[in-house]
Amino acid sequence: MTTDVRTRGGGPATRRSASRRSHGEAPFRFAATGAGILLLAIMAAIAVFLISEAVPALRANKGNFFTDLTWEPNGSQVFGIAALAFGTVLSSAIALVIATPVAMGVALFISHYAPRRLAGPLGYLVDLLAAVPSVVYGLWGVTFLVPLLKTPSEWLNAHLGWFPLFSGEGAIGGKTMLAGGVVLAIMILPIIAAISREVFLQTPRMNEEAALALGATRWEMIRMAVLPFGRPGVVSAAMLGLGRAMGETIAVALIFPATFDISIEILTPHGNSIAANIANGFGEATPIGRGALIASGLVLFVITLLVNMGARMIINRRKEYARSGA
Amino acid sequence: MTTVQHISAGRRVKDRLAQGLVYLAFALAVVPLVSVLWLVIKNGLARFDLEFLTHSMRNIGARDAGGGAYHAIIGTLEQVLLASLISVPIGLLTAIYLTEYGNGGRLSRAISFFVDVMTGVPSVVTGLFVLAFWILFLGMPFSGLAGALALSILMMPTVVRSAEEMLRLVPNDLREASYALGVAKWRTIVKVVLPTAFTGIVTGVMLAVARVAGETAPLLLTVFFTDSINNDPFSGPQMGLPLYVFDQAGRPNDTAIDRAWTGALTLILIVMLLNLVARLIAWWRSAARGR
Repeated sequence: MTTDVRTRGGGPATRRSASRRSHGEAPFRFAATGAGILLLAIMAAIAVFLISEAVPALRANKGNFFTDLTWEPNGSQVFGIAALAFGTVLSSAIALVIATPVAMGVALFISHYAPRRLAGPLGYLVDLLAAVPSVVYGLWGVTFLVPLLKTPSEWLNAHLGWFPLFSGEGAIGGKTMLAGGVVLAIMILPIIAAISREVFLQTPRMNEEAALALGATRWEMIRMAVLPFGRPGVVSAAMLGLGRAMGETIAVALIFPATFDISIEILTPHGNSIAANIANGFGEATPIGRGALIASGLVLFVITLLVNMGARMIINRRKEYARSGA
Repeated sequence: MTTVQHISAGRRVKDRLAQGLVYLAFALAVVPLVSVLWLVIKNGLARFDLEFLTHSMRNIGARDAGGGAYHAIIGTLEQVLLASLISVPIGLLTAIYLTEYGNGGRLSRAISFFVDVMTGVPSVVTGLFVLAFWILFLGMPFSGLAGALALSILMMPTVVRSAEEMLRLVPNDLREASYALGVAKWRTIVKVVLPTAFTGIVTGVMLAVARVAGETAPLLLTVFFTDSINNDPFSGPQMGLPLYVFDQAGRPNDTAIDRAWTGALTLILIVMLLNLVARLIAWWRSAARGR
């Protein structure tokens, strides 16, 4: 092989460099490509091994995995994902409803309202929210937010109790879906705000100036030029936030009361989520119990994968659109 | 008067209202940050002493005061270091593939797409994957290494994305100048492209480290718990600082809650420090370039 390279190298003056060149190129290229393929393989392996370790537990399940509310894989071996999946969706929905408007406001503030000089540091401040570890939010939520929400929860229940979400008898407040949802909202706010900010900043200047030249106020300019342009970006940002909220584990594991039922009363201590249940249930899990938790993790993986792929597709389509439109 | 037409009161009120709401939204976002930081500092300082930083929880009874997080700090440092050693080469090589070799082909687009999707994989799922593959399938024990594997999967997409961004910033003129001198492509990448992008890549890696240093869920499933010091990440259960906070916060005694707050303070200090240094490097670099 080396002789072949040397003849291609030509005269003796270039022989050394030519052989050295070809020595490194192929392995280096191979390593770079291999690393990329390894990433794809890891994604595939996650699915494969979650399935292979979940199957024995699913076989041993004496209930229906998709419809049963109970989660007793360690004892009676009856377990179903229904209550957990419902809690995951409900808490993430609460988080999304709270976080999206606030994040859009934050994004507009940074992109269009704040003095230009301050915009960078203020944006960094919001990014810092994402740097706080999840377990710290959990600790903060349990010791500070849960007691704080007690009075407003009682007020909502007393005055707006006719509304199904705020209904409920007995203990109001405490470790509730609302408290979990608020903490999740704080945790997903930075990512929604950061992506929305990027999209808002990409609004063509011409559109903005045209609106202002027609006599629009700042708000009218934003409504007519910035928001329509940024809508797909905000939608995908919210979807990424949704994916985060559904997968968030430790903060809600400390806050949710870990009941296994389906209840939309977000002011009473009810609820759990797939991720929180994994964190709370792992310590005492038997082999079947571990398999059951892996099965629930597989469900979570598939849901978040779909949400994320949808969001990324919207962003990528937008990127092409923005490039061709520019 | 023929000056500029005045805006009607209704429109002006709406404009002001929108402005007020936008300012309010920003204030709403900052309040929890201030509240979290303030409570962590206030409650954490109570036990932030030498004993906390130099002792483990061995032989500390359920209701005892005292004890520390030395074992957890050691564990976190080792796990994060191992995770970086695994994920940085893979992430960097992938970024090199995407920028230098991929040429927008089908494989590179697929990798790029799944790197994005990978950022959204919940941390608990990476923990479950390592549990399923490493511990249950291969029969390896709970260890710091298992935790590092889970963390490295979380780090990879962040490293790829930031490194890719930095490599794309390297001017093509530099590459072409190197090719013109007869330097091979791979040596151009190693000797010209990477050094140019070096500080940017370091920043990205540190931000990725800061992100995973606070992760609890993957550790919970892979390194398990211990109250004792275990310096060897390759054998036996270890502790991690986030795991320590979770463990102590779940206990019903005030002494444990105090330790949880101090653990949280230590963790935030480490994460913020990493963040700050990364931003400083980035800022210093952009300032140096601007001049």
